Amino acid sequence: MRRISLGTALIFAGLLAFIVAAIGADVFASNDPLRQSLLLRLRPPGTATATAYFPLGTDDLGRDLLARILYGARASLMVAALSVSVSLLVGVTLGLMAGWFGGWVSIVAMRAVDTMLSIPAILLAVLTVAVLGPGFFNLVLVLGLTRWPRYTRVAYAQTLQVAALPYVRAAEMAGCGPGRILLRHVLPNIAGPLMVVATSEFGLMILFEASLSFLGLGIQPPYPSWGSIMSAGRQYVVRAWWLTAFPGACLFGVVLCVNLFGDWLRDRVDPRSQGR
Amino acid sequence: MIALSVRDLSLAIGRTNIVDAISFDVAPGEVLALVGESGCGKSVTAQAIMRLLPAAIRQTGGEITLGATSLSNLPARAMRDLRGRQIAMIFQEPQSALDPLATVGNQIAEALRQPLAKVRAEVRQMLVEVGISDPDRRIDQHPFELSGGMCQRVMIAIALIARPAVLIADEPTTALDVTIQAQILALLRRLAAERQTAVVLITHDMGVVADIADRVAVMYAGRVAETGPTAAVFATPAHPYTALLLASIPRLSDVPKSALAVIDGQVPQPADYGAGCRFAGRCPRADRRCVAETPALRPVADGRLVACFHPVGG
Ligand SMILES: Nc1ncnc2c1ncn2[C@@H]1O[C@H](COP(=O)(O)OP(=O)(O)OP(=O)(O)O)[C@@H](O)[C@H]1O
Ligand SMILES: [Mg+2]
Repeated sequence: MRRISLGTALIFAGLLAFIVAAIGADVFASNDPLRQSLLLRLRPPGTATATAYFPLGTDDLGRDLLARILYGARASLMVAALSVSVSLLVGVTLGLMAGWFGGWVSIVAMRAVDTMLSIPAILLAVLTVAVLGPGFFNLVLVLGLTRWPRYTRVAYAQTLQVAALPYVRAAEMAGCGPGRILLRHVLPNIAGPLMVVATSEFGLMILFEASLSFLGLGIQPPYPSWGSIMSAGRQYVVRAWWLTAFPGACLFGVVLCVNLFGDWLRDRVDPRSQGR
Repeated sequence: MIALSVRDLSLAIGRTNIVDAISFDVAPGEVLALVGESGCGKSVTAQAIMRLLPAAIRQTGGEITLGATSLSNLPARAMRDLRGRQIAMIFQEPQSALDPLATVGNQIAEALRQPLAKVRAEVRQMLVEVGISDPDRRIDQHPFELSGGMCQRVMIAIALIARPAVLIADEPTTALDVTIQAQILALLRRLAAERQTAVVLITHDMGVVADIADRVAVMYAGRVAETGPTAAVFATPAHPYTALLLASIPRLSDVPKSALAVIDGQVPQPADYGAGCRFAGRCPRADRRCVAETPALRPVADGRLVACFHPVGG
């Protein structure tokens, strides 16, 4: 086994903490994230009452901030994971087909990629949500269906390379059809670079979800999202710093870990940067 | 009976003719060697038979028949079903012809279009037949865990497990070292005989031809120069090119005495193929007719065909 450095271990720990917190939100949160209490508005971290403890304080409606951040992590993870899956599926399918069939298939696919990449992604997302209406499902759909071009580019270039390799020719000679060759022989061999893209997109999706929710176009109140918590906390930055500081720090930490993980993955996948 | 018949196959890149009306037949259980210098069109002929030519190359004429099926007008789908089942192919670089991420067992099972779990016993038996020791371990290994010779054995297993009628082996031993070469050739020879597979063995090594081929077709610059039973061709080559080719093989007994015979001149490039015999420029027996007219294949002694106006000894 290869030794893992301390830095790498920290990255893994950060990601693991995020995932565990998101999945086990109901276990770790001692209070209901939706329960309001007007008597307990904007209490600082560490507030305790006879019946409840608020380690990160409360928000402007007296809801437990820790609980809201944990459930917000769940929203982040779900939106990011689902939208990355949707765009991965769309993008990779297009890229594989463009790379394998070439001709007009590749012309259409690659022009579509160029077109999509020339529109600012966040603008496109804002416009689409404005038309379709906000909400969890639309958010996933919008992010998923606007973020596929990078996968298509990578899958296309990689498929072109792999399709020329002798073992793909051999599979053809053995009578495999295009579907089988692409799924069984090409896809596994280009999965590394695709995972690198997916990881960096995953970080971006977390940021997009937070941004759109901050703008009121994502997860809708009363359900928590890091973006909407910060958006609500914006008016109280001076009086109640914890409302923006904690979700902001979580967002920063998670996205940083995801990106560092992406770099680590790239170094392992890309033979040119190996042995360093 | 004929397993594979190629009639007047012609291939071209744009206007440039690279293979010109070549014909040969292979019977079940027979090994036909297709020999010739680099670039004479052996591999493209094989690709044309499989109907998997590179995009740049077109078939401009000819007919390929597998058993009773004509391949030329077969729908793409039906052709795909034949590949691997009726007609299989193995290549020069065994290690890169195997998917690095798939296990040996999975790749062999794929030739049967079945999941490995269902055909494991059969796959294991095939590994035994191609001479892989410890098949129970090897079946779940990846290509990088095998040597080049073992990879070629796996390729042979993939090619033969569905019991195809025809096997095309494109320089299957060129990348292997000499002792392994002999083993692989012996294995091919034995399996072909046992299973009555017709083998087209592509090579540029006359030594390999002498070892395992029943018949040989000597190609020169996109045409068949001479074809016939190996023993007869080696004993009394009729085409001057074949004669020079055989004379250029070093024999153990000559090494200290004589320098190696080398054929003077260069093989013409496809773009320079003119009218007339393509070997005329290098042929000691060529005359004016050879430069002007293309010699057709015609019968000479011992069941041979030769494309020459002035065959050796005739
Ligand atoms: N993919 C391709 N695109 C264009 N031309 C090709 C392609 N493959 C082969 N050719 C050309 O076709 C001709 C015959 O090549 P082929 O590969 O069949 O030779 P070969 O007899 O197999 O030689 P070798 O012994 O080196 O394998 C050559 O002139 C070659 O340049
Ligand atoms: Mg070749």
